[in-house]
Amino acid sequence: MKRVVITGAGTINALAHNVPDTWKAMAEGRCGIGPLVMPDVERLAVQIGAQVQGFEPDALFNRQQLSLFDRFTQFTLIAAREAIGQSGLAFSGELAARSGVILGNSGGGMTTLDENYRSVYEEGKNRVHPFVVPKLMNNAAASHVSMEFNLKGPSFTVASACASSNHAMAQAFQMVHGGAAPVMITGGSESMLCFGGVKAWEGLRVMSKDACRPFSANRNGMVQGEGAGIFVFEEFEHARARGAEILAEVAGFAMSSDAADIVMPSKQGAARAIAGALRDARLNCEDVGYINAHGTGTAANDKTECAAVADAFGAHADKVMISSTKSMHGHLIGGTGAVELLACIMALRDGIIAPTIGYEEADPECALDVVPNVAREARVGAVLSNAFAFGGLNAVIVLKSV
Amino acid sequence: MSVQEKVVQIIAEQAMLEREDVQLDSTLESLGIDSLGLVESLFAIEEAFDISIPFNANAPEESGFDISSVAQIVAGIEQLIAEQQG
Repeated sequence: MKRVVITGAGTINALAHNVPDTWKAMAEGRCGIGPLVMPDVERLAVQIGAQVQGFEPDALFNRQQLSLFDRFTQFTLIAAREAIGQSGLAFSGELAARSGVILGNSGGGMTTLDENYRSVYEEGKNRVHPFVVPKLMNNAAASHVSMEFNLKGPSFTVASACASSNHAMAQAFQMVHGGAAPVMITGGSESMLCFGGVKAWEGLRVMSKDACRPFSANRNGMVQGEGAGIFVFEEFEHARARGAEILAEVAGFAMSSDAADIVMPSKQGAARAIAGALRDARLNCEDVGYINAHGTGTAANDKTECAAVADAFGAHADKVMISSTKSMHGHLIGGTGAVELLACIMALRDGIIAPTIGYEEADPECALDVVPNVAREARVGAVLSNAFAFGGLNAVIVLKSV
Repeated sequence: MSVQEKVVQIIAEQAMLEREDVQLDSTLESLGIDSLGLVESLFAIEEAFDISIPFNANAPEESGFDISSVAQIVAGIEQLIAEQQG
């Protein structure tokens, strides 16, 4: 089987519009959550979110592109340009024919849906823009990446709610690992942070109205974010032969399904995914220095996740660092695992462990080292990224330094 | 229909029980209503009485809305109606 390495990373999220600035923000423990700016915000019960600020699509895309690119596609392309630019790859011939794009996304073009529902239902219009369907479809982002970069191999979109990106990246890893593709572009994006998206989430009563405080005893819910994280997964020998800079190695993954409840997480399901990922990467729990938690800041997730880590890691659970960067960039739903993988790469490359900010009060049910409030310097050789979705679909990825 | 009768009707429907099986001292748990069922019941109650119930599933005790029994829920709703429609 082929070894798989990451040779490019790109992002846009509430913290920054590129990877170096996102790492800086994570290292500083900066918070990207603030008052939502959108039409009819006064009709929302939840009025905070981690919105991408200072984003000017008109400067980045032409008129024809803007008529086809929903916000989630725009985010994806910005991040893909950074990632592929960093990798130094240009796709042509055999490389183009075999390389593809697998992205995670949960909601598709929610902004497009929102705007067009408004126009037909609220404004009573009987005609919508002709590109509504190709703009809102869930695979639009993956398809536009394939077109912009000439990727002609296996491409598709994975939807597994909050685990979409992790499932997508695991699938991309498999493509390269098994020899089907020399390079895969992967990660995910989401822009559910529109009026209808927030209104829908409000209904479940799991959203915080003031802050995301994962693992803190006084946590009161999740906060939505938006953006994208895109990576270049490349076969190790291919990367080495061309002298590419290697950010990290993808060591393995595991997926599991709780088969239990549509919203409540299960300790067993999560623990099976964590233990399975370690087995797949041929690592012992003592080898893992950091876990990027799913850490949504809800009562249900945080205690279940801590119990699952304790279960899978045994005595080592007290030594491993585990933080939730959602406290800074919010919950990007289908795109969240991709942005969170950046914290994992930062831990391996720079020896900086991103903190869980907003942490105020210890919770005996979350009694792990959650790296509260301040980043920490530590050398780690292997890291995990957890994602546990609504619907009980879990995916855990393992990275290690090369 | 009184507030109490309406609330009992909504809860009975949620629990898939006859109204007579929903007692004022019943707990949601004893009626087999889980967290999703609770959120759906609160939605139905908000719609029925045109009120807004301050309930966060992450911090039920801080919400100021007591869901410990059917009687407490009815009392809380009567108060919210008085506050929000008074």
